[in-house]
Formats: sequence, C-alpha cells, structure tokens
Amino acid sequence: MSVIYIVIPLALIVVGVAVAAFLWAAKRGQFDDLETPAVRALHEDAPAKPAKENHDRS
Amino acid sequence: MTLAEATRAASAARCAHCGLPVPGGDPPAPAEEPARGAETPLFCCSGCATVYGILREGGLDEYYRMAERRREPVASSGRAFEEYDHASYRDLYVTKRADGLLACDFYLEGVTCGSCDWLVERVPLLVSGLTRAELDLRRARVHGVWDGASVSLSSIARTLDTLGYRPHPYRGLRLERARRDEDRAALARIGIAGAIAVNTMLAALALYSGWLTGMEPAYERYFRWLSLLLVTPALIWPGRVFFRGAWAAVRTRSLHMDLPIAIALGAGYARGLYNTVRDAGPIYFDGVTLLIFLLLVGRFLQQRAQRAAGDAAELLYSLSPASARVLEGTGTGTRDVPVEALLPGMLVEVRAEETLPADGVVVEGRSALDLALLTGESRLVTVAAGAEVFAGTVNRGSILRMRVDRAGEESRLGRILREAEAGALRRAPIVATADRLSGVFVLVVLALAAATLAIWWRLSPTHAVDHAIALLIVTCPCALALATPLAVSVAIGRAARLGILVRGGAALEALARPGRIYFDKTGTVTEGSVSLLAWEGPEEAKRLVLALERHSSHPLARAFEVVWDAPPVEGEAVAKDVVYTAGGGLEGIVEGRRVVVGSPAFVSARASRPGAEGRGTCPPAGASALGSAPEGTPVHVAIDGAVVGRAVFGDAIRDDARASLAWLRARGYDPHLLSGDDPGIVASVGASLDFAADHCRGGAIPEEKLRVVEEAERRGPVVMVGDGVNDAAAIARAAVGIGVSGGAEACLASADVYLTRPGLGTLVTLVEGSQRTLAVIRRNIVFSVAYNLVGAALAMTGLINPLIAAILMPASSMTVLLASWKSQTFTTDR
Repeated sequence: MSVIYIVIPLALIVVGVAVAAFLWAAKRGQFDDLETPAVRALHEDAPAKPAKENHDRS
Repeated sequence: MTLAEATRAASAARCAHCGLPVPGGDPPAPAEEPARGAETPLFCCSGCATVYGILREGGLDEYYRMAERRREPVASSGRAFEEYDHASYRDLYVTKRADGLLACDFYLEGVTCGSCDWLVERVPLLVSGLTRAELDLRRARVHGVWDGASVSLSSIARTLDTLGYRPHPYRGLRLERARRDEDRAALARIGIAGAIAVNTMLAALALYSGWLTGMEPAYERYFRWLSLLLVTPALIWPGRVFFRGAWAAVRTRSLHMDLPIAIALGAGYARGLYNTVRDAGPIYFDGVTLLIFLLLVGRFLQQRAQRAAGDAAELLYSLSPASARVLEGTGTGTRDVPVEALLPGMLVEVRAEETLPADGVVVEGRSALDLALLTGESRLVTVAAGAEVFAGTVNRGSILRMRVDRAGEESRLGRILREAEAGALRRAPIVATADRLSGVFVLVVLALAAATLAIWWRLSPTHAVDHAIALLIVTCPCALALATPLAVSVAIGRAARLGILVRGGAALEALARPGRIYFDKTGTVTEGSVSLLAWEGPEEAKRLVLALERHSSHPLARAFEVVWDAPPVEGEAVAKDVVYTAGGGLEGIVEGRRVVVGSPAFVSARASRPGAEGRGTCPPAGASALGSAPEGTPVHVAIDGAVVGRAVFGDAIRDDARASLAWLRARGYDPHLLSGDDPGIVASVGASLDFAADHCRGGAIPEEKLRVVEEAERRGPVVMVGDGVNDAAAIARAAVGIGVSGGAEACLASADVYLTRPGLGTLVTLVEGSQRTLAVIRRNIVFSVAYNLVGAALAMTGLINPLIAAILMPASSMTVLLASWKSQTFTTDR
C-alpha cells in the first residue's frame, strides 16, 4: 500500500502538466473561437498551397 | 413547351456558382452537377459569373466540390471603398503591427457556413500583398494582415465585396480586447478549479471508504494533508473572485450572494486546516473545491450567453453607412470619405437607396425621401433644391446633391442618439428574481448559522463549530446561483436560433410579466415601405402600366412591380417615348396606346374623357369601393385619354400584426400605439387593429415618445417596440426595449432584444418563451431552496457529515442543470 506515497504525487504531477497545458492554450486564445476550426479541419489543403489543377475536369 | 419540358428546364438550368435556378436560361443537356460538364456554365446573375471567373483563374475551383456551399446569388455592392484608404479611416480602424505590416478587423456580410470560411481564408491567394485573412465564423469577423506598401486596403475590400462578402469596419476593438482577456482568465480559473476539485474528490473518496472499512491512521493523515495541499491553490487563485466580491459587498453594505459563499469557503477551509493539523474531525476540502468549480461554471455560462447576443447586435450596428461621396472642387468627380471626416460646407452626392450622411440643404436634384426611420412618417417626402434634409433619411428617388451643414454629433440624428444614451442611463434597473432572493437568502443563511452555533454551544461545544460550518457549506447557493443563469443561457441560445437576440436575462423576466407595451407604427406594426393597398380597374391595364413603370426607379413604380409582376405577365409589352414629370407621373406609348400614370391632378390634366367611354369601366370618383380604402397616396391610370383605373399606395399593416396583438391582449398585456406619423393615419391604423382611441397616439416626436414612456414607467415596467431612430430614446429608457428587423442602428444599439425576422409573430414567440423561461427559473429556485432546506435541517440537528454534504451539493446542481437543459423555452411550434 505504501506505493501510494509515490503514485499519488506522480499522478498530481501529471495533473499539473495537464493544467499548465490548458492554461497555456487558454492564454493563447485556443478557446476563443470554437466553431471555425471545426470547419477549417474539413477543408482539404492549407491556404498556402492551392490546388492548381482541377482533376475533375473531364 | 410542354409541362415536362418546362420541369426539366427548371431542374437543369442552375447557376454554376450558387446552384439556384437560372431565370430564363436555355435548358442545356441535363447536367446533375452544375459546372462540371464540358458545356458552358450558366449563371443566375453577373455577380455569380464574376466570382466563378475569379475562382477558376485563382486556382480555387475546389470550392465547387465542397458539399456545403452558400446557396445565394452573389450580391456585390460594386463600391470602390475609396474611403478605406483615407487617413482618417486609418487612424480609426487600422493598427500597425510590430513587423511593419498593417492589420484591421472587418465584419463581413453574407458569411453563412464552412464554404465561406474556406473562401475568405483563401483571399490572400487572390490579392498579393495580403498575407493573412482569418475568419471567425460565429462572429462573421475577419482579421486581415497586409503589407501597406504593396496593396491598398480598398483593393482588399473590393475583392471581398466582389466575392459577395461586403466588408464593414469593426468598431470597438479596444472593448473587445478587454473582454477577450476577461474570458480567457475566467476559462483558466475554471480549468484549475475543475482539475483540483476532481482530484480532491478522489482523495475524499479514499477517506470516506476508509471510514467504512477502516484505514490505517498514517494513510488517513496522508490523504488529509494531500487534500490540504490541493485545496490551498484552488482557494487562492480561482476562489479569490468570491472573496473580492464579498469584500465589495461589505464595503457597499449590500447583501450579495458572494458574502455567504466567501464565509462558507473561508470557514470551511479554516476548520479543515485546523482539523488536519490536530489530526481529528471532519475536513471540508472536497466540498470547498467543488463549490468553487460549480459557481465559476455558472458565472461563465451566464456571461457567455450574454456576450453571444451582444456580439450579434454589434454586428448589425456596424452595418451603418460609414462613408459619403464628396464632390471634388470642380463638381464633376467624386471621392469616398468616411462619415467622420465630413465637414460643414462640403458638397455630397447621395444616390438612390442611399442613406443621407449629414444634415444639410439640397443644392441639385429632385427626389423622394423616406423619413420613416428618423421621424416615423410613413409617406415619402418630395424634396427639391433648397429643401432642408437630415442625416439618417433614405433617398428613395433619384440622385441628389446636398451641402453639408451639420455632420456627426451636431446633426439631428446625433442629437437623438445622445438623447438615447442619456435615456439608457436613466433606465430603472430590472431586479431579477434571483437577485431579489439572494438578499433574503444571505440573511437567512447567516442567521441560521449563528443560531446553530449558539444552540450547539450550549449542548456540546466541541461540535458547535463543525455543525455551523457544515450548515454554511451545505446551504451554499450552488444550485441557486446556477438556477437563473442556466435557464437564461439555454433560453438565450434557443432564442438566437429563432432569430431573437436577447442581451440579458433580466429582459426575459420583465417580458414574462404582463404590462404595458408601446408599439411604434411605421416599420413595426406596418411594413414600413410603400406598397399597393388597393387597385380598381381592368386586368389588361396592369400589363400596360407595368411596361411603363419599368422605365422608372420611383418607389411607387417598384411597388407596382412587386404586386403585379409575380407571376410574370405573359407576353411583355414595351413602352416607348416615356416622359417622367417629377412630382406628377409617367406617360408614354405602349403597344400604340397612350398610357398616363400619376397623381390624380397630373392624369386628369392629360385625360380628355375622364371615364366617359372606352374599355375601362371606371366608376365615378367618390362612389367607388376605394372611398373606404385605407388612407394613402392615390394614383390614377389613363389609357388613350380615359381614366380607367385607380390605385392607392400606402404602408401596409403586417400580416401577423392583428393575430399577434390579439394574442398579447388575451394574455393580459396592454398594447398601445405610439407613432411619429400623422395622427389621422395612426388613428386609422389603430382602429383597424382594434386599438381603443385613447391607446393611439400620433405625431409624437422622439422627445415626446421618451416622455410618454418615462411617465408610464412610474406605474410599472414598460416595453417599447420600435424600429427607428425616433424610437431609440424611448427604447433605451423603457424597462425592456425591443428593436425589430430592418430598424436603424441607433435603435439596435439601445435595444435589449432584437428581432431579426420581420413581423410581430416573433414578438409572440419572444413573450411566450420569456414566460416559459420564468417558469423554469422558478422551478429551479424551488428545487434548490428545497435542497438547501433539507441540508440546513440536517446540519442544525447535527445529523450531517461531510459525506452527505458532498453528495447533496452536486445532486442539487445536477437537478437544476438537467431541468434547464430539458426545458422547452423557445420553440417554433405553438
């Protein structure tokens, strides 16, 4: 049972890392807009490299 | 063409860009997917064709393979947006970034779905120099970053406009930044409080099971210290807001909900700390952390819902005309400047359907002005050179040139806006049920805690403090604090989906109680635009009149087209030799017959045989059915010199006005009509809608509207429904101000509720939804008070322990949460 003396602090460290990650994300504005990124992920390619040729053109 | 052929043509001829049927398009070989076959693509309008070309050229035709696309024809304004390059515009809206690039935020009109996001974010591929465009879909706002040296803001704006997204400068960026930081901080607090609450509860679970099955004292001590380690940061960081609120309440000597919360948190923590150190007695750490988490979530939800509605209202506010067309010195060329840069003495050009940017005097041109939004007057006013005109009125006729006398704050519009702001300051705050209850609640809880302490001090001093703390924690207004915000935020969210934007929960509560409602007439109870109210004459005259009216951009001409052009008349006639006489009417030759349309005087001067013979059977004036027709502007029609038809134009009453008013009256509301229009018209509209004569008031200038509302407020909360600038002050002052669709920005800015869909039916939905929301709030409050009573009784009798408290608290919150979520507050079905 004495393993909990090690395991629980370890678990708390993991929690601490998760909380730090959340704070970092919140501060950087990752949660400001919850709608657009969901849609953006469905678009096929990044704005930087557009499809130059349309393969569907027959 | 057979019916089958016609159907096929309709299904095949679709616009290659927006997918809507192409009007009058030749039916090509049936193509299931538009614009994919080899044949020439068809378009419903030139706007769509332009965008199609741009996208193909820019290599962006992937757009057409997206499943979800905007199904709307592209409507670009075709403006030059020159004012965006003006120095004063740059000072107002553009920021210079650290890397030398420029940045600006726009609201975009016409953003609907994911395909818009795709397209807008690829605009940098079309405009070299624009490095980034990021769209926030929910707020319809784009953040653009560009290189000022290689591209001008106006060309970026033009590209967006061509694609069908008309940009508008975003006002109030500074406010937005403060809010955003606040939101992020709130989110961070919730994250920390949540993580800590869950872990403290895990430790508490170990302790509780230890009680039941027996646990070595060393482990128990370990878990207690662990909990203490966890709860301390939760209290110091996220929990700080409650102590700050409580301190503010103490300083202002008011009873705020934060007060018992802070006492419970502080006392619970102190007692737990004491018990941990002396290694005996209950600790309340799990309860304390859970409290902090749940209360913060409640607050965040409330704030978020109000923000969302506020954002939407702000978007509409930004749609106001931000530029004016100034005539250059020689009087030939024009240049767009921001409205803020207008100075007295400048010459400004105002085209048809544009809003006048300033007060001044007409120097050239003759036109009809729509004063509805400014004064509530429903009839168009004819103006010519020398006439005094005002900002905020709309030019419904032809091009006008005017000299600016007063601009911005100095204008009549500016004065009314200041009045509205002052009205908002004088507004009596609506006290929400939860706010009123909280005062009582705080007193009761503190009194009960004191009583518990006093009684148990006599019975068993060792338990007295524990019992009092248990009472404070178990009665902590967790569910009560969630009750109103949850119900309100769910209701506001549902209402927004029905096109009703609500700025705060208090407005919903006030609307739910029957009271006096003042309605503006023009644009609120009526359509707010000129339409054909009655027509008397032969069917075939319609065709001839239409042919003639196509040559005019006069509002009356368009009103003819709206009513008679659907379905399109078979075999269109063509008019020749059309002559327009300002203030009179139109005359011309259609199919060899002389047609005259215009005011009675104008027509009779040109008709030699007033209704004597000919094809028309025009009854003598006065004895016709039109004698009892609604008041309005009469228009006569003469064909080949004989007066054959009469039409009456006016402001039609909205279809659903009668039913909606009856619904309100049946539920105990007291509707009144308060209009700036001519008293005679107001009385006639009022009578046709069953308003008692003393419930109608016409000729009310904005100041008088404000005074009437102010007076009525003394007898109880008043609701004001309106659409114009002239209503803005009254809307701002009324307990609940409601702006209706198509209204002026000033009116939106001061309204608590904005109905984005036309008609008064939405108002019925709003009132009904408010009543249901209030019922949900009441039910939630009853639930949470009942839980608190049970908890308080257990604590006072000493039967409680931290385990029961830990179960009661989330249970009550969950009940309230589920009850709010499941409630059907705003629904379309009635």
